[in-house]
Amino acid sequence: MSSLLSVENLRIAFPSRQGPVEVVRGVSFSLGRERLGIVGESGSGKSQTGRAILGLTPVTGTATADKLEFDGIDLRNATPKQWRKLRGARMSMVMQDPKFSLNPVMTIGKQLMEAVKLHGGKSEARDKSLAMLEAVQIRDPERVMAAYPHELSGGMGQRAMIAMMLVTEPDLLIADEPTSALDVTVQIEVLRILDRLVSERGMGLIFISHDLRLVSTFCDRVLVMYAGQVVEELDARRMNEASHPYTKGLLNCLPTITGDTRPLPVLARDDAWLE
Amino acid sequence: MALIEIENLEVTFDGGDRQVKALKGVSLSVDEEDSFGIVGESGSGKSTVLRAMCGLAPVTGGRISIDGKPVSAPRDQAFYRRVQMVFQDPYASLHPRHTIDRVLSEPLAIHGFDHAEKRVEQALEDVGLGSGFRFRYPHQLSGGQRQRVAIARALILEPKIILLDEPTSALDASIQAEVLNLLDRLRGERGLTYILVSHDLAVVSHMCDRLMVMQSGEVVEELTREALQAHQTTKDYTRNLLTASEGFTRDAARQR
Amino acid sequence: MSTQAPRQGLGEWLRSEQPASRNQARLGQIWRTWVLFTGNRLGMIGLGIVVLLVLVAVFANVIAPYDPVLGGDLRTERLLPPSMAHLMGTDDLARDIFSRVVHGARLTLMVVALVAIIATPIGLLVGTVSGYFGGWVDTVLMRITDIFLAFPRLILALAFVAALGPGIENAIIAIAITSWPPYARLARAETLTIRNAEHIDAIRLQGASSPRIIWGHVVPLCLSSVIIRVTLDMAGIILTAAGLGFLGLGAQPPQPEWGAMIAGGRRFIIDYWWVATMPGIAIFTVSLGFNLLGDGLRDVLDPKADK
Repeated sequence: MSSLLSVENLRIAFPSRQGPVEVVRGVSFSLGRERLGIVGESGSGKSQTGRAILGLTPVTGTATADKLEFDGIDLRNATPKQWRKLRGARMSMVMQDPKFSLNPVMTIGKQLMEAVKLHGGKSEARDKSLAMLEAVQIRDPERVMAAYPHELSGGMGQRAMIAMMLVTEPDLLIADEPTSALDVTVQIEVLRILDRLVSERGMGLIFISHDLRLVSTFCDRVLVMYAGQVVEELDARRMNEASHPYTKGLLNCLPTITGDTRPLPVLARDDAWLE
Repeated sequence: MALIEIENLEVTFDGGDRQVKALKGVSLSVDEEDSFGIVGESGSGKSTVLRAMCGLAPVTGGRISIDGKPVSAPRDQAFYRRVQMVFQDPYASLHPRHTIDRVLSEPLAIHGFDHAEKRVEQALEDVGLGSGFRFRYPHQLSGGQRQRVAIARALILEPKIILLDEPTSALDASIQAEVLNLLDRLRGERGLTYILVSHDLAVVSHMCDRLMVMQSGEVVEELTREALQAHQTTKDYTRNLLTASEGFTRDAARQR
Repeated sequence: MSTQAPRQGLGEWLRSEQPASRNQARLGQIWRTWVLFTGNRLGMIGLGIVVLLVLVAVFANVIAPYDPVLGGDLRTERLLPPSMAHLMGTDDLARDIFSRVVHGARLTLMVVALVAIIATPIGLLVGTVSGYFGGWVDTVLMRITDIFLAFPRLILALAFVAALGPGIENAIIAIAITSWPPYARLARAETLTIRNAEHIDAIRLQGASSPRIIWGHVVPLCLSSVIIRVTLDMAGIILTAAGLGFLGLGAQPPQPEWGAMIAGGRRFIIDYWWVATMPGIAIFTVSLGFNLLGDGLRDVLDPKADK
C-alpha cells in the first residue's frame, strides 16, 4: 500500500522549570489508505502526535522528526501558505466536543459553506453543504444549516463537525477522541457514519482514543502509546496476541458485562517501559 | 424492610419561565449491604436521583425514606452521618486551596469526632494512600489519588450508605480498575450499602447486584446482574444499550 | 513542625513534595508562589517601588535632611532650584521639598493601608454573602452597593468632609466608603461561579453551616481576584487622596501631603517648576509601582493555576 503519511522519530518537547520535557519520544509509523488507531491513556502523547501531523503543536512546544511526509510533501518545513493549502482541503481533524470545536456564534450552514468556499467552489457551496449533511444522516439538513451549535444535541453536533471536515474531501482525517463525549448509543451511530464515509472515499483515518476495545473493533491497525512512545503496533484483529505487558494489562483491567473476575486485574506499571 | 425506599420521586428545575422535569416519578428500594446500580445516558436523570437524596436537588413530589423514616428537609447532621457521596470529577470535588489533611479533618470537626489525628491517618491508609499525602494540595495529586481522597472523605464520618456518582468516569482505564477494586473491598469490609450511578454498563454490572435502567427521567427497567448478563431484558432501550456496549461491529452496520 | 527542619536546608524543606505538617505545606505553597513571582521582572520592579515606599515612610526621620514643616530663611532660601544642598529644591516657604516628599510618603502609606484594611473586608463580606445566598439577601445587598457606586468618589468625599470637617482621617474614611463597592461586585461574581462547584456540594453534604462555607471555602477562592483589584486600585486611591488634598479637603497645611503640595506649587509652575513637579513625580512613581505589582500578582495568583 502506498504511503499516504510517513512519520519517523517524531519528538515533541515542551519547556519546563527543569528543562525541556519530551512528551512524544520517537514515534514512527506509516499510514496508507487505511484506519490506524492510536490508543493511550492521558499523558501518553497521542493527542500531541495527531496535532503535530497537522502542524498544530502549541507555540511553546517544539516538534522535530527525521521524516514527516504527507503524499510526498515534507511537512517539517511547510510554509504557512502550504499549510493553508493542506489543512481542511487534504488533511482534516475532528475533535472531541462539538460544544468547543464549533464556532458558537456562526450557524452550521455558514461554517460548512465557509469551509467549501475557502478551498474553491463558491457556487456550489450550499448544495455541497446540504449534500454533506445528508451524507452524515442528518434528516433535516435545511433546519440544521440554519441552526447554531448550541441548538444541536451532542451527536448531531459531532455529525455536523464530521460533515464540515469532510465536505472538502480530504485524503487524511485525524479524529481525536471523536466519540468520547457522546452517549454510547450515539457513539455507535457516529462511528457507523464515519466508517461508511471513510470506506466510500478511500480516505486514510487516524483514530486517537483512550478506549482500546473500541479502537480494536473499528480500526485495521492499532498503535499503543505509553509515556510518549509506541510500545506496541499490531493488527486490530490480533489483539489477543498482544505481547507488550502494558497492552495486555490494559485489555485485562477493563470490567466486562459478562466477566466475573473479582478483584479486577490491576495494571502493574514497570519503570522499564519508560526507556 | 428496605434500608432505602424512594417512592414516585419527582424533581423539577425552575429556570425562570421554563420548568424542566428532571425526574418524573422514580421508585426504587435498596436493602442493607446491597449494591444497587443506576444506569442511563446523559439526560436520563440518574445523577439527579442521588442529588435529590442528599437534598441538593429540588424535590417536587414523592418520598424518600431511610430506615423506614422519611428524610428531614433540610437534611440534618444525623443524615450526613448515615449517607455520604463520592462525586464524579476528581478535579472539582476537592477544594483547590485546602490540604488533604484539611479536607479530611473538617468533617470530623463539624461533627465533633474525637481522635481526629488518628482517624485522618487511618482513613488515608484505608484507601491505600500513605501518610506522606496528608499535607499535600490537590493539584499535587493525580486523578486517581484525588478520587481516593474523595472516597476517604466520604468514609471518615463512618456512614452506612455511600452514593457514588460516576466515580470512575473521569479516570484512565487502568486507574479505574484500582478504584473499583478499592470500592469493592471497602464495601465488603465495612458492610456498606452502595448506590452507584454510571453510564457504563460494564462498570455497573461488575459492581452491582441489582440495577435500574433510566431514560428521560423515568425508570425503564429493573434487572439483576444475572438477568443483564443473560440479556434477559424485555425493553428495547435496554437491549440497545447492551448492543452498543459491545462496541462497534461492521456486521451490524451492514444490516442497516 | 518537623523535627527534620534543622538538618535539611531551608530551601529543600520548603520544596518538599511530602510536607509533614500544615505549616510546612502552607509555607511551601507560599514559597512556590514567590518563586513564580520573581520570574516577572515588571512585577518585581513594582514590588521594589512599594517596598521603597514603605522603607522611606518608616525611616523618614533618618532620610530627610531637613525638617519638613519648618522652613529656612525666608529671605534667601525661598524657591531655590534643585541642587546638592536641596535635592528637590525649596518651596515658597523655604522648606526643603525632598524632606517634605519623604515625610509625605508616610501620609500616602497611611492612606493606602487604611483604605485597604477598611474597604477590602467590607467588600468581601457583602459580595460573598450576597452571591452565596442569592434571593432577597442578594437583591438588598446589591442595591445598597449600587447606591454607593452611584456616587463619584470625589463628590462623596466632599460630602463627608463637609459633614465631618476637613482632615486626612476623614478623607481616608470617605475614600474607603466609596472604594468597597467594586470589591463587593467582584467577590459576588466569583462566588456565583464557586457556589456551584462540586467541592462546595461536598462540604454541604458534610453538614457544614453557611458561615463556615463562606469563610473557609468561598472567601479563599475570591481572595486572589480581590487582592489584585485592590492593588490596582491603589493608584486611584492615591490620586483621590491627592485630589482631596489639592482641593484643601484632605491633609491640612502644613502637613506634607503630596496632593496638597501640588496645589500649593501650582501658581509657581512656570518659573519654579520643581515645587509642583517633584511631588507629582512621587505620586506617579508610587502609582506605577502599585500597578506593576498588581499586574505581577495577577499573573501569579490567577485561578488558571488551580488545576
